[in-house]
Amino acid sequence: MTKKILALGVAASLALASGLAVAELREGYVYLDPPTEDHPLDEIISGYEFRDDATRALQADDFENPGFLLLEQGQDLWSTVDGSEGKSCETCHGDVTESMAGVGSTYPKIMMQGGERKLTNIENQINTCRTERMGAEAWKYDKAPLQAMTILVKNVDRGEPVNVTIDGEYEPWFKQGEELYYTRVGQLDMSCAHCHEAHYGQFIRADHLSQGQTNGFPTYRFKWSGQGSLHRRFSGCIKNIRGEPYSKGGDEFLALELYTAWRGQGLPIETPSVRN
Amino acid sequence: MKHEKGLGLLAIGLAVSLSAAAAFAGSVVAPGDVEIVDDSAIPASLTGVAGDPVAGKEAFTGRKLGNCLACHQVTSLMDEQQFHGEVAPSLDGVANRYSEAELRLQIVNAKVLNEDSLMPSFYRTDGLNRVAEKFQGKTILTAQQVEDVIAYLMTLKEE
Repeated sequence: MTKKILALGVAASLALASGLAVAELREGYVYLDPPTEDHPLDEIISGYEFRDDATRALQADDFENPGFLLLEQGQDLWSTVDGSEGKSCETCHGDVTESMAGVGSTYPKIMMQGGERKLTNIENQINTCRTERMGAEAWKYDKAPLQAMTILVKNVDRGEPVNVTIDGEYEPWFKQGEELYYTRVGQLDMSCAHCHEAHYGQFIRADHLSQGQTNGFPTYRFKWSGQGSLHRRFSGCIKNIRGEPYSKGGDEFLALELYTAWRGQGLPIETPSVRN
Repeated sequence: MKHEKGLGLLAIGLAVSLSAAAAFAGSVVAPGDVEIVDDSAIPASLTGVAGDPVAGKEAFTGRKLGNCLACHQVTSLMDEQQFHGEVAPSLDGVANRYSEAELRLQIVNAKVLNEDSLMPSFYRTDGLNRVAEKFQGKTILTAQQVEDVIAYLMTLKEE
């Protein structure tokens, strides 16, 4: 009898420690039916599902989640004047939570950039704003300021379902991304699909293969001991199979970003997520 | 004069030993010259030197060599090697199921047997895409390492 009560007490305190947000995310958003019949996956699963309870709890706690340090840096940068035009982000966009609503869940998008309409992700759009409107220097891909601002913007949509556009003028980009996804590369001669479509949920040595979903990026990775972009992850995957990665922020990875985002259509934005 | 003659002899000696080395190297079948029979096997050794199962086990488990446990499982290695992969079949008793010649093809280029296979081709340099610079023109395993891995696999028998 005493044992039983003790066990119940432990279970209750564990539930409190792990937090309600974890349970809500698991119940409400993570497993989804594919959006269309021709979708390549039978079920759509966030990378969150493949991580252990401690990692999930770290993500769910905004005070402990290391991504929030960068998010706070992003908040400071949002109102910091920079460049020859004497503007900050706030000068034009006002309150980030209002002006950036609907951005994180719908990017990458086709926007004007350098005088042409082309596919752009949040990182590149921030730099377009900096160079074309603020008269400021572009921030380096994967360095703290750009990652901080990307997290700030994408986090506004946390909980919103991924909802990218793939038809019309997006179609050539989508097709390019799809082709890259299924193309074998590197000395190990594997495509994204070989691991993330055919074998997700299984282990490759000690690594638990996910579906390679994008909804949590930029993410804090234990392996990096820090924050990184989706393109950094693409690059790391290709290096793992002894291939030559495409450039971060370049057209190939943008196309792959659109395609992989679509594979996770409907998953909740988790930025900033925590992963292995 | 005497000194120059000595150098000449040394040069001849070097040339002889170099050509001996070349003859030895010539017995290694280059990746592009491997003879696949009936799309099902490679009967001939890649080196003519018998595989060493002990060295083969090293090449099999080495993470920068075969790294075979990334995907496969071997029960007899469970104690000494943590984290066997799950994406490819167990190799317990593999020697009962395949001949050396069949295993040689499976390792050299599994995609001859199954074009959708995710198994890397361990002794192949052509037909690859965007290979990182430091691996260009190189095979994952050397010819002798392939022979050694085969010798190790032939020890994985079940009664």
